[in-house]
Amino acid sequence: MVTLNVLVLVCLLYVAFLFAVAFGADRAALVGRGTWLRSPIVYTLSLSIYCTAWTFYGAVGFAARSGLEFVTIYLGPTLVMIGWWWTLRKMVRVGRSQRITSIADLISSRYGKSNTLAVFVTLVAVIGLTPYIALQLQSVTLSFATFAEADPFTDAPPSQQSTAFWVAAGLAVFTILFGTRNLDANERHHGVVMAIALEAVVKLFALLAVGVFVVWGLAGGVDEILARIDSSPIARWEVPGSRWVGLTLLSAAAFMCLPRMFQVMVVESEDEDHLRMAAWAFPTYLMLMSLFVVPIAVMGLELMPEGANPDLFVLTLPLRNGQEGLAILSFLGGFSSATSMVIVAAIALSTMVSNHIVMPIWLWSTGGGAMVSGDVRSVALLARRLSIAMILFLGYCYFRLSGGGTALAAIGLISFVGVAQFLPALMGGLFWRGATRSGALAGLGVGFVLWLYCLFLPSFGASEIMPYSVMQNGPLGIGWLRPQALFGADGMDPVIHAVMWSLLLNTCTFLGVSLLTLPKPIERLQGAQFVNVFQHSQTPGSWSGGLARSEDLMIMSQRIMGASEAQAMFSKEARKQGIAGYLPEPTPDFLQMLERELSGSVGAATAHAMISQIVGRATVSVEDLMAVADETAQIMEYSSKLEAKTEEQARTARQLREANEKLTQISVQKDAFLSQISHELRTPMTSIRAFSEILRDSEGLSEEERNKYASIILEEATRLTRLLDDLLDLSVLENGQVVLNSQTGQLSDMLDRAVSAAGVQDRLRIHRRREAEKITLHTDLDRLAQVFINLISNAGKYCEAPDPALTIRPQAENGNLVVDFIDNGPGIPTDQQAMIFEKFSRIGQTKAGGAGLGLAICREIMGRLGGDITYLPGQEGAAFRVVLPLREAATVQAAQ
Amino acid sequence: MGKKVILIEDERNIIEAISFILSRDGWEVKTHSNGHDAMQAVRDRRPDLVILDVMLPGKSGFDILQEIRDDAELGATPVLMLTARGQQKDREMAERAGASRYMTKPFSNAEVLEAVRDLVGP
Repeated sequence: MVTLNVLVLVCLLYVAFLFAVAFGADRAALVGRGTWLRSPIVYTLSLSIYCTAWTFYGAVGFAARSGLEFVTIYLGPTLVMIGWWWTLRKMVRVGRSQRITSIADLISSRYGKSNTLAVFVTLVAVIGLTPYIALQLQSVTLSFATFAEADPFTDAPPSQQSTAFWVAAGLAVFTILFGTRNLDANERHHGVVMAIALEAVVKLFALLAVGVFVVWGLAGGVDEILARIDSSPIARWEVPGSRWVGLTLLSAAAFMCLPRMFQVMVVESEDEDHLRMAAWAFPTYLMLMSLFVVPIAVMGLELMPEGANPDLFVLTLPLRNGQEGLAILSFLGGFSSATSMVIVAAIALSTMVSNHIVMPIWLWSTGGGAMVSGDVRSVALLARRLSIAMILFLGYCYFRLSGGGTALAAIGLISFVGVAQFLPALMGGLFWRGATRSGALAGLGVGFVLWLYCLFLPSFGASEIMPYSVMQNGPLGIGWLRPQALFGADGMDPVIHAVMWSLLLNTCTFLGVSLLTLPKPIERLQGAQFVNVFQHSQTPGSWSGGLARSEDLMIMSQRIMGASEAQAMFSKEARKQGIAGYLPEPTPDFLQMLERELSGSVGAATAHAMISQIVGRATVSVEDLMAVADETAQIMEYSSKLEAKTEEQARTARQLREANEKLTQISVQKDAFLSQISHELRTPMTSIRAFSEILRDSEGLSEEERNKYASIILEEATRLTRLLDDLLDLSVLENGQVVLNSQTGQLSDMLDRAVSAAGVQDRLRIHRRREAEKITLHTDLDRLAQVFINLISNAGKYCEAPDPALTIRPQAENGNLVVDFIDNGPGIPTDQQAMIFEKFSRIGQTKAGGAGLGLAICREIMGRLGGDITYLPGQEGAAFRVVLPLREAATVQAAQ
Repeated sequence: MGKKVILIEDERNIIEAISFILSRDGWEVKTHSNGHDAMQAVRDRRPDLVILDVMLPGKSGFDILQEIRDDAELGATPVLMLTARGQQKDREMAERAGASRYMTKPFSNAEVLEAVRDLVGP
């Protein structure tokens, strides 16, 4: 026979084992070993804290009382897990990208980091979960009592109260030890997670073992048990459809909203992809957990005496049949279920309480916020530890107050309805940009009040808190306000009644108020971050770090994160910014990162407030920032428009200026040209007119004089004609209207022609080298000849040597024909060499006949022919070089 | 005894024409055909009248005119300027520089004679 002492011993050993596992996992995580800690299996198993003692013991009781209805409690989470892609994935992503520490943090963060909302959610969660924790204490207490009853050696079994107390105290110690080792919730509680994963295995194994024993040991096989089920009252239970739907919805909502579920699902999540495995593995786990519920209930109803508590069939069936080992295993399963739930719930709730209630109050009461002396870190840890103790104490109080008599499942459902009130705000926050803080607060408020009124307060039993008259006739006799028959909804199941009204009115209020109110800029910002988390997983509200003092931030961070972590983080950031030492520039990016880091320790709202204080802006500063940003954007847009306009104007002005310069230049050129033309025309005209008058008016002119004067007139007339010819020629060349007439010819022939046409043989000796002139040309020979004639006659006109001579020196060079014309005169002064190709430029004393257009025409011609004419300095006299590409002519010459 | 006139001009045929006209009218004509030493020629000749072309090789007619006007002894000598560039701008420049008379080429012989007689006086 198992004595109570043996049970206590087993219990302590089991707890010690859990301690060891948690400790080992923590150590392994600390030194970076144990990737298995982060496996999806552990993640899936940790989700099984959904299955508490309520499920372990209560499901059988539920089945014994209401038939298959217990399945709804598994159905909701299963649906949620299967649909993980749409909701859970988003929740986990948001949680990770925003460093969310709890469901209160998530909701507060979404609605503009509102601490009011966080406080409210925390309070609802604490109130809602207190019965749940009490439920776990009750289950452990009951199971102890069961053993005590069967223990013949114990005369006076310990009172239930004291058992519950010691269990609560023990759990508090365990939770404090493993739940508050790390302050940063993002570092995660590897030890705790590992311990609850282990407990998940134990409870599944225990339940399966009991199931197997019941089916094969007691009933005698599968066929037998099926027959018994058919004949048992369970098969006859009719479950109303509304209750099915209502309870399934409720359990689904609770699965997502329960703080402890949020803790393991989002906060402790190592990898978003773990959800992929959990999506099928967790429903499988639930299925296994529920596999033997009905058989155990059926056999319990059949074998156990009338009036036995069906909640304890899992324990009493083996015990009654002498299977003490199995009974102990079963006890450990229930114990595991209860403890794992309490531990995680306490961690989750304590995080919320300390981050959203204790820390803000402490920061506010110390006045200076983060800048006062004292270690915020130790305060935060202390706050968490006290919160854990307080939460467990509250659970214990509820247990004592409620008398521990209510059926387990009923208590669980009360909690479920309580936390389900988060659902509208949570889902709205994740999927609807229009959801506002006011809407969330109003909806939550309405839901919470209705839950209190319709379900929570009446749960203490008639007349306990809620007077009997109110239950029966409504407050002040107003019938439609009866807690369990609101608005005349009479005759409904109280739980379904409460679920319906609270969630319906909660949702309607949430939607209505959200539509009527405008979100603040920071809410819009956060809303976008949440709803569109997959588009941009980073960067929540922006910080302008211009005024922040890094040193203050560092002091604050050291207090919260611990000195070495803070220093490491700051110096890492400084290195990233390329600064030596520990103090990085407080860039917006850095501030944002810091805020997220700190929010892991103290919650988003508090972290935001703390940094605000140092950065020198109020908490609402993001509003200002947004306004400023809007304004700045407008100004920038405006100024960039102006800039574009200015640039355009500048461009236009430049173009105008250029055009004007060009015009002016053209005008100056035109003036100069007209002036030159005028001069060149008027000069011969003067002579012609003067001598014409002389010939007409003067008497007594000799024949000789007449001839002379007539010759001058003719000479000047010729000069005029030539000038006009040249002008027209130049005009044609300059306008590109010239038509080239390509021919093939010998250079020597061309030069012969040019020399004779220039008509200078009598006063200019010309040196040529005939053998070098054997070059075949293919070009406009007439135009080229014009150039040669010009150069030769120029030499004839301007070479002032006593014995004028011109050397013509042709050569083929790099595919070009190069012909140099070098005279033995004084040459052209260096400063005038550049001008000689300009129109009307004449060097030195003009001699009759030169209008100064010859070289200009030569240059134009050579340009048209694809060559060039240049003055060749440094020769004995004036030297001109004519260059012409030979093209095919080169090969002709090579062949010769 | 004819009055002395110096003609500073670089166009051979124009020199010939003016020389012919003025000689026939009883003037003693000297010619000079470049700008470089024109001033020296004026000093040497001490003419009653200077006929000055604007575009001269070596030195512009305006510069020579300025030198004449700046010269204490020669400053009052009447100067008839000839130019082949008939623009208003050139006329203004000539007047500013102190030309006694300004004529644009081509001119009639009678005009020249009239101007010359006018400038030197009876």
